[in-house]
Amino acid sequence: MIKLVDNAQVEFILGLAATKKRLDNRKNFEGFRETQIEYDVSMNAEGSARVKLGKTDVTAGIKIGIGEPFADRPDEGVIIVNVELPPIASPNFEAGPPREPTIELARVVDRGIRESGAIDLKKLCIKEGEKVWIVYIDIYALNHSGNLFDASSFAAVAALSKTFFPKVDKDYNVQYGEKSKKKLTIKRLPISCTFAKIAGKIFIDPSLKEEEVMSGRLTVTCSEDMVHAMQKGLQDGFSASEVDKCVADAMKVSKELRKLFK
Amino acid sequence: MYKKRFDGRKFDEMRPIEMEVGILEQADGSARFQIGKTIAIAGVYGPKEMHPRRLRKPDRAVLKCKYNMLSFSVTDRKRMGPGRRDKEIGLVMNFALGKSIMLDDFPKMGVEVHTEIIQADSGTRCASICAASLALAHAGVPMRDIVSSVAVGEVGGSVVIDLTKKEEDHPDGATDIPIAYLPKDDELTLLQLDGKIKPANLSKAIALGIEGCKRISDLQKKALRKKYSSS
Repeated sequence: MIKLVDNAQVEFILGLAATKKRLDNRKNFEGFRETQIEYDVSMNAEGSARVKLGKTDVTAGIKIGIGEPFADRPDEGVIIVNVELPPIASPNFEAGPPREPTIELARVVDRGIRESGAIDLKKLCIKEGEKVWIVYIDIYALNHSGNLFDASSFAAVAALSKTFFPKVDKDYNVQYGEKSKKKLTIKRLPISCTFAKIAGKIFIDPSLKEEEVMSGRLTVTCSEDMVHAMQKGLQDGFSASEVDKCVADAMKVSKELRKLFK
Repeated sequence: MYKKRFDGRKFDEMRPIEMEVGILEQADGSARFQIGKTIAIAGVYGPKEMHPRRLRKPDRAVLKCKYNMLSFSVTDRKRMGPGRRDKEIGLVMNFALGKSIMLDDFPKMGVEVHTEIIQADSGTRCASICAASLALAHAGVPMRDIVSSVAVGEVGGSVVIDLTKKEEDHPDGATDIPIAYLPKDDELTLLQLDGKIKPANLSKAIALGIEGCKRISDLQKKALRKKYSSS
């Protein structure tokens, strides 16, 4: 029964693809759904943003604190990415500690931001080996309509780009609620592009109905000319030429997406 | 520019590889895989009854993969118990191995793969996948092919295979790209990347990795044959 429904859905998606159409009727067959970014959606956060990717809706907020650096990186600040997929976003999500797929999502978003050098961790150092800024990037899905990977990444990057450090007193105690004029510098914008493999065909920015029947997933996060993070998900594989194609498409599409960020 | 590798290897040369099939008594299948100083062991149970019952699938077996590092396998003591990294690697191991196993033949059943890192010098998830695929074959789980895995990357501007920890920590930066390859489908079933690399070098690195995986695949088949030729 499950297979019958899945097969019908796959056939329908492939039939549409033959006429360069997608299930959600998006304008560009080989592009993203309409993407909107709204900034400063939660005033007590040091920075925040809400991203709508089609009907997918994700909010990210930044809180900044002060703490000790890691022993092996005494002169670098810390960034921590957390993702929560609460039941409000989908009937299939359950409350409770994050499971493997949620951890994967958070770690892929983390790698894109970290490896692109979007944030200069050395600039987050206050006193080497003792005090550094700790940047918490917390991401909440509010409506899951496909491609949470890219929506989460966009929301995180957008929130970071509008983040101001909190005020501190002379002993470096954070005065939450009072923002300083010191802005967090974003050196480059890492853009995440996710592809779904359905019956051997590859689709960018899968919507929920497409994700339900995808057998493979590939996320490519890039800056202007470099690839910074990749993650293949699910049990299907990608050939070397398919990977090349996805990377080339990601480089191309990300140029347009980058313009959406103010 | 990274011209000469720290351990004197050529850019396309992997560290010495050793493997042994059938190293544990209780597990249905087991194997040890060593590449350079990195050592992984894998144990497999199943196909067997799936626990918990609610996770059973009516049309196929469920694959569960666990990755763990012994607390003393790394220079700083690793906290015991599964962390976020371990959980993610367990998941990508599942993704890397799933397609090679005939899960459709065993509805409602479960296959469990457990891997432990005994000693770590980078490439631990790849070593785990190689060990796990051998252990699955040793357990007699019906498979379409053996999965092979190795890390490739860019160190100080040069494309290299099988990075060591020292290379990953290169002062000029390093990009790490663990891959797994399923020869039967000519497909990558594991592909992760972190660092910074131009698309052209990324293509080169993946091609190098596939060649490496093909060599490992031959060694894995040899190790399996050895297990059964001697008895």
